[in-house]
Amino acid sequence: MAEDEWQEALYRLLREHNVTQFCYVPDAGHKVLIDRSLADPDVHSVPLTTEEEGVAMVAGADLGGARAVLLMQSSGVGNCINMLSLTNGGRFPLLTLVSMRGEFGEGNPWQFPMGQAVEPVLKAMGVIVLRAEQPSDVIPAVTAAITMAFQSGQQVAVLLTQRLIGAKKF
Amino acid sequence: MAKLNKLQTATLPDAVLDRRQAVPALIENPQDFLMVAGLAGTAWEMSALTNESPGLFGLGGAMGAAPMMGLGLALAQPRRRVLVATGDGELLMNVGALATIALQNPPNLTIICVDNGHYGETGNQDSHTGLGVRLDVMAAGAGFPVVHVVNTEADLAEGRRLVREGGGLAFILLRVKEGPATHLGKKNLVPHIERDRFKAALAQGAAAR
Repeated sequence: MAEDEWQEALYRLLREHNVTQFCYVPDAGHKVLIDRSLADPDVHSVPLTTEEEGVAMVAGADLGGARAVLLMQSSGVGNCINMLSLTNGGRFPLLTLVSMRGEFGEGNPWQFPMGQAVEPVLKAMGVIVLRAEQPSDVIPAVTAAITMAFQSGQQVAVLLTQRLIGAKKF
Repeated sequence: MAKLNKLQTATLPDAVLDRRQAVPALIENPQDFLMVAGLAGTAWEMSALTNESPGLFGLGGAMGAAPMMGLGLALAQPRRRVLVATGDGELLMNVGALATIALQNPPNLTIICVDNGHYGETGNQDSHTGLGVRLDVMAAGAGFPVVHVVNTEADLAEGRRLVREGGGLAFILLRVKEGPATHLGKKNLVPHIERDRFKAALAQGAAAR
């Protein structure tokens, strides 16, 4: 499956499961999802100034009976830490897709500290972490995460790894 | 006690309103709204004001969450009026949320900032607004179509009208003296219980409509 194909399939999957609020700090790894959400009249496409806004927004959407997804880069995980108290303590469903930097083949040394800390930080705040390493992993992983979040009320992150999305070229 | 200097640009008059009267006077009938209240004073006083209504989600932590929770809720419930009550300290912690909310421009959302100019829960230190930082100007700069400042009782009537009738996304800066919020001390704001109560009440309300 080519990159555009899994990204298109991923948008369809989220819409089939009634995700209607897409909030994000832009990242190249989420470009297709962001573009599709902007073009879709049936969803709210919400650019954030910082990722922790999205954690609170996901909780507010759930209070109102809607489903949201938070799209962010690995560096944004660090901006969310205390706000995850809300989703954890409130048992709010959280579905977040994290495009990874600072791992497989990274060429920017600034990305390593947070990239390497993503999994332990999320787990420390009670977020379950799934990984997608290749295109055929994406749909099964996100399908699983949707069930875990919206049916079982868990907080779940799917890491779109650098092996999947490719290291950024400079 | 040593203090930082007030900003030379600080031009608003000293606050004169007591929040224990001004907040109920502004909101009037809280049962008409879906509400999110930020920590800490606003959550306690909204809890007291609403007699612990299940239509209120009160925060006891996650500082900075209330405005963005209000956005998610307002977009999910476009036919209900959503009210966020937040303090100056909480709003300052995530002030970029004003920009995010203004871009979405949900017409059913009103954000009330109860601004006492102090961090009331932590020793009453001056907050940035107490030293002259203007949250109303920030909201206007973010693009809020309606911004209203309540300095005196005379400003309350227009605030009440905006809360009730809307007329678009609104930001109301309610400037109050330092001093305690109403706190009945009954409720512990357990987050998952708050969530369950809120969602059950909303579902019941929807069924009754």
